[in-house]
Amino acid sequence: MTQIICITCPKGCHLQVDEENDFRVTGNNCPRGETYGKNELQNPVRTLTSTVRLTGARTPRLPVKSSAPLPKGRIFDAMRLLDEVSVAAPVRCGQILLPDVFGTGVDIVATKSFDAAQS
Amino acid sequence: MKYDVIVIGGGPAGLAAAHAAWQDGCKSICIVERDKELGGILNQCIHNGFGLHFFKEELTGPEYAGRFIDMLGETGVSVRTDAMVLEVTPDKQVHVVSTAQGYEILEARSIILAMGCRERTRGAIGIPGSRPAGVFTAGAAQRYLNIEGYMVGKRVVILGSGDIGLIMARRMTLEGAKVLACVEVMPYSGGLTRNIVQCLHDFDIPLYLSHTITDIQGRDRVERVIVAEVGPDRRPITGTEMTFDCDTVLLSVGLIPENELSRAAGLEMDPRTNGPVVYENMETSIPGVFACGNVVHVHDLVDFVTAESQRAGHAAAAYCAGHTPAAAPLLPLKGGNGVGYTVPQHIRMDNAKDGVSLFFRVRAVYRDARIVVRDDSGAQIAAYPREHLAPGEMESIKLPRVLLEKASGALTVQIEEGGDQK
Ligand SMILES: Cc1cc2nc3c(=O)[nH]c(=O)nc-3n(C[C@H](O)[C@H](O)[C@H](O)COP(=O)(O)OP(=O)(O)OC[C@H]3O[C@@H](n4cnc5c(N)ncnc54)[C@H](O)[C@@H]3O)c2cc1C
Ligand code: SF4
Repeated sequence: MTQIICITCPKGCHLQVDEENDFRVTGNNCPRGETYGKNELQNPVRTLTSTVRLTGARTPRLPVKSSAPLPKGRIFDAMRLLDEVSVAAPVRCGQILLPDVFGTGVDIVATKSFDAAQS
Repeated sequence: MKYDVIVIGGGPAGLAAAHAAWQDGCKSICIVERDKELGGILNQCIHNGFGLHFFKEELTGPEYAGRFIDMLGETGVSVRTDAMVLEVTPDKQVHVVSTAQGYEILEARSIILAMGCRERTRGAIGIPGSRPAGVFTAGAAQRYLNIEGYMVGKRVVILGSGDIGLIMARRMTLEGAKVLACVEVMPYSGGLTRNIVQCLHDFDIPLYLSHTITDIQGRDRVERVIVAEVGPDRRPITGTEMTFDCDTVLLSVGLIPENELSRAAGLEMDPRTNGPVVYENMETSIPGVFACGNVVHVHDLVDFVTAESQRAGHAAAAYCAGHTPAAAPLLPLKGGNGVGYTVPQHIRMDNAKDGVSLFFRVRAVYRDARIVVRDDSGAQIAAYPREHLAPGEMESIKLPRVLLEKASGALTVQIEEGGDQK
């Protein structure tokens, strides 16, 4: 039996997940908590947000996110991948910068549009 | 230059207000923003968790702002960026200074205040110790990192467990810093539980509740901080001191609405919110001057900012079209047991045809309690059961018109625990 807190919504229910019993979830106030509890013990995932280098725009960083949650254990690996990325303006919000990271089917996408800076 | 509506501040509040006023047929609108771009604080909040109520999906801050900026781009609302408002007069002149236009006086029929808030600083909370470099507010560190691309330090202690501090604990960790501890003077966290889990627990960052920093030491740069447990009187307990070797302290100790302009204009202020007193449609004590977003009271969900600001925008358009609600009958609202404040502070019945939404914060953590609204006679007007109430989470209730009509005199919103007495 493992105690975890559901982070799906601000209520933050305290869940008990029973590993010996097909990961049965109790303490959840809604069905989303059950899904979260089952996943969190078997395959925890998190959405990654960070920035990458941006050139030719007014400011030097471009905010990005993973298009879907990534396995929690790969988050720091993904950060290292982002260190290598450099994008030149113009860039549009939603533009794919790194497709299919680690074969997960998840892309790294821009979360803001930048025009090229007038020099 | 004369406009129907001038919106001061181009964050989510100003954007939503301007858009709503435009939709209602108001065609002469100007947003004045001191930053180089629109979007306000959302530009530096690159994490996700915005828009679950409004767009029904989880967006990052820049994405949420981007959607409103795009919507606004399809209107004829004029925008001045890099332009700072210095003064607002009671007769609705707006004094603006900008590199492009110099000093200008704009005139408006209606003004919407949407200046947001700023962070409490070390001075505002008084931590003892020397004054080395390396002490930042969490929001300033966030701006350096996410917009300018500078890391402010390598070994970090965070004072205060507000959401900005928690978000920065994760962000600095991802970027390779070591966050040693998050220290909170209260016995509960000021941030959302989900942020405690995904920003602290995920990275094994300890949270010390009922603790505070008693000393910041270092010559030129922070070298260490001393952390001690506090008693129920929030005074440090001798003998509980711990030392953390760190080069950076981030302060996440609360936000203060930015109301210099409102005060100078002579608006009636509420000492509990530090914002202007507002009516049901976000109108302030000066007719035709409205306020919305963090300038009125500190929000934790941008979706509520948007909803409140749309109300202000619609009301400004109605004001310009010549509709003014009758001043009476008037229902004043008060915070009772466990309720710090309410927004709005007054309801004009004439303008509450569909009832009103009330926002407030509770003063302590409650489990299985009820939010109860009573009138002057003590009669219960409405009750809302809640499993969980916490100061870190703004509460909202909706009072339908039929219930408002039952009330006599002022309404008090309070927290009642135990039993299901009436
Ligand atoms: C770090 C942080 C994390 C957050 N995380 C979340 C989250 O996960 N989910 C969520 O829903 N909400 C979150 N919020 C809350 C939400 O972002 C805010 O409540 C919202 O941005 C407030 O909007 P606003 O328009 O009132 O203020 P702001 O965004 O602060 O905008 C005010 C604007 O007014 C301008 N201004 C001020 N004074 C003047 C002047 N004199 N002249 C011209 N312009 C002026 C400022 O430059 C600024 O652009 C977070 C907030 C912070 C600070
Ligand atoms: S179980 Fe449901 S109600 Fe409880 S925190 Fe999770 S999503 Fe929210």
